[in-house]
Amino acid sequence: MALVVNGAVVADPFVRVADEDALPDSGAVLVSLATWQACEAALRQRTEPVGVLLTSAEHPEALAAAIDVLRLIALEFPTFRDGRPYSYARLLRDRFGFAGELRAVGDVLLEQLHYMERVGFNAFEIDSDEPLADLAVADRDFSVRYQPSSDGRPSAAQLRSRR
Amino acid sequence: MYRYDEFDQTLVDERVAQFRRQVGRRLRGELTEDQFKPLRLMNGLYLQLHAYMLRVNVPYGCLSSRQLRQLAHIARTYDKGYGHFTTRQNIQYNWIALDRAPDILAELAEVEMNAMQSSGNCVRNVTADHYAGRARDELQDPRVWCEILRQYSILNPEFSYLPRKFKIAVTGSPHDRAAVAVHDIGLRMHLNAAGEPGFEVIVGGGQGRTPVIGKAIRAWIEPEHIVSYVEAILRVYNLYGRRDNIYKARIKILVNALGIDKYREMVEAEWAEIRDGVLQIDPAESARIDAYFAPPAYETPVDVGAELQALQDADTSFAAWMHSNVAGHKVDGYAIVNVSLKEPGKVPGDLSADRMDRVADLADAFSLGEVRVSHRQNLVLVDVRQADLHTLWQELRDIGLATPNIGLASDIIACPGLDYCALANARSIPIARDIGLHFSDSDKLQQVGDLTINISGCMNACGHHHVGNIGILGVDKRGQEYFQLTLGGSSNEHASLGDRVGPGLPQSDVPAAIEHIVDTYLDLRQGDERFVNTYRRVGMAPFRAAVYGDDSGQAAA
Repeated sequence: MALVVNGAVVADPFVRVADEDALPDSGAVLVSLATWQACEAALRQRTEPVGVLLTSAEHPEALAAAIDVLRLIALEFPTFRDGRPYSYARLLRDRFGFAGELRAVGDVLLEQLHYMERVGFNAFEIDSDEPLADLAVADRDFSVRYQPSSDGRPSAAQLRSRR
Repeated sequence: MYRYDEFDQTLVDERVAQFRRQVGRRLRGELTEDQFKPLRLMNGLYLQLHAYMLRVNVPYGCLSSRQLRQLAHIARTYDKGYGHFTTRQNIQYNWIALDRAPDILAELAEVEMNAMQSSGNCVRNVTADHYAGRARDELQDPRVWCEILRQYSILNPEFSYLPRKFKIAVTGSPHDRAAVAVHDIGLRMHLNAAGEPGFEVIVGGGQGRTPVIGKAIRAWIEPEHIVSYVEAILRVYNLYGRRDNIYKARIKILVNALGIDKYREMVEAEWAEIRDGVLQIDPAESARIDAYFAPPAYETPVDVGAELQALQDADTSFAAWMHSNVAGHKVDGYAIVNVSLKEPGKVPGDLSADRMDRVADLADAFSLGEVRVSHRQNLVLVDVRQADLHTLWQELRDIGLATPNIGLASDIIACPGLDYCALANARSIPIARDIGLHFSDSDKLQQVGDLTINISGCMNACGHHHVGNIGILGVDKRGQEYFQLTLGGSSNEHASLGDRVGPGLPQSDVPAAIEHIVDTYLDLRQGDERFVNTYRRVGMAPFRAAVYGDDSGQAAA
């Protein structure tokens, strides 16, 4: 499993803390929504980065008040067929103004990276021996986009209007 | 017709290259069939009983003669020399080899066509009135909005993994030829109190296992807001539609579970957030697209009414064809000609490559080079000079495409059924053939009048049996093929779902049952009352008695 953030392979600085485990005294942590809600005060006091992992059944509205505090929001694809995280990503970027790391985790397929990037994901946990090569392929697939989306790249209609 | 510009062409070319790479990965074993399946489906490729089937989009049913010739070439080169036109105004090829599918997509791209999202859990080909832009009763040509919605839905990053497939239909006429009430979203153009054209938005209609007539979610919306409104509908569906059971995953189930009022409230709240944003349609862009649909330069009309009447008086078969296959055109001196793909005894919607070429030639010679596909699986030539009608009829008759049965009993919708389809319980095609032959007598057809017979080989309802005036559903009963009949369905502006007549019948009994139903109608109808109206007036009892005898009907209910 490799983690790619903003086009670079990185070691994950976040430690995943299971619900039943105690929070470590220091270090960046990634916790569930349940843990966030149970320990919000303590988590807000930490100086090191905090991230929350949402399952595909958890609407990011639950984090609306914490957008400026969180450095990472990870959205889980329980199966590649579950398309809810695409909408969550768009809402996080466009409606809640989340500017931190938005990470796709779970059943993340190479063939879907293009869509994920467009809705605002900038980090991916992918099962690949050559994650950068795979990302480059996904990136190259399409130079034209019909829809404006959360990647900020212009749609075909917007480009037409500039001609 | 819309033409690709460099953006459209680049995207389609890139899609072909991507699919070629994906097929390569699959053939090398780098993708499992489970991982490959959604990718091939979103390129229109199904694995059927005997081979791969490729479904090619015909956007809102519009084809140029050049495109039709390319479809013929593909049928000849990559298939067994024919294609099948579908109820989504598309064409399917039934005998495709996986390794050649990318070549077919490349050949399609050469003529500005594609197979993107013709299946999969995404927004499918947007369908429209096959008379769009030519119908006399039309308020506005809806195709500009269809094209805008086509572009909006293609490779939409947020809505490519919906809970289930999603179908949009559009009509610009009060008389609904596009079956908008049985779509996930139906758009019906009408004028508001101020006389401005806009769309009524209908949501949550559909057929399949749980047939539902759609409900109005919004009475009127300005066309420039249609994309943002569709996005609001899709987003709420994507977030809250069921994903635990594919048979409960269509939007109709969500709308019914929440109730239309609650669903509307959620959509309107979402829409309020986005309606004035980037999805508002730029008038320059809609004008750019609309220009492609500008009416052609029509000739000054020549009054040939007397000559046409004389020709009809002299030849009853020409008269029958004029009566059923020719529709009024909004421009004087022109007519809309339906090309029936329902020759009795043949497979509904099938057309050989040679005939495709001939229809393309006739479109060039008689209809300004344009062909439409109707959701009733026929072709349409929309710009025929009335002065050419008799010549065109002769040409069509010579190639077996002048069957005078549009809208009549032998104009049958049928899915491919168990002859091809991996889902089917029963064979639709032999039933369609039997009924078609039964109604091959033109006088009987004309006497019966407007009657839609729709046949599905399983409860997924691809043959639209729920909305046939007579619906026929194939079911599997202890390993035997049986057929259930329904009556009273309709997909027009008075849409309704058919009611079940009684227990299923073996195939051999179906033609006689249809005959008994039709004879009962002929006995009971008042004046020129249509079949569906007679049924609505008198109810099921006399028809049930005609099919099962006087006693068995009650038990069957």
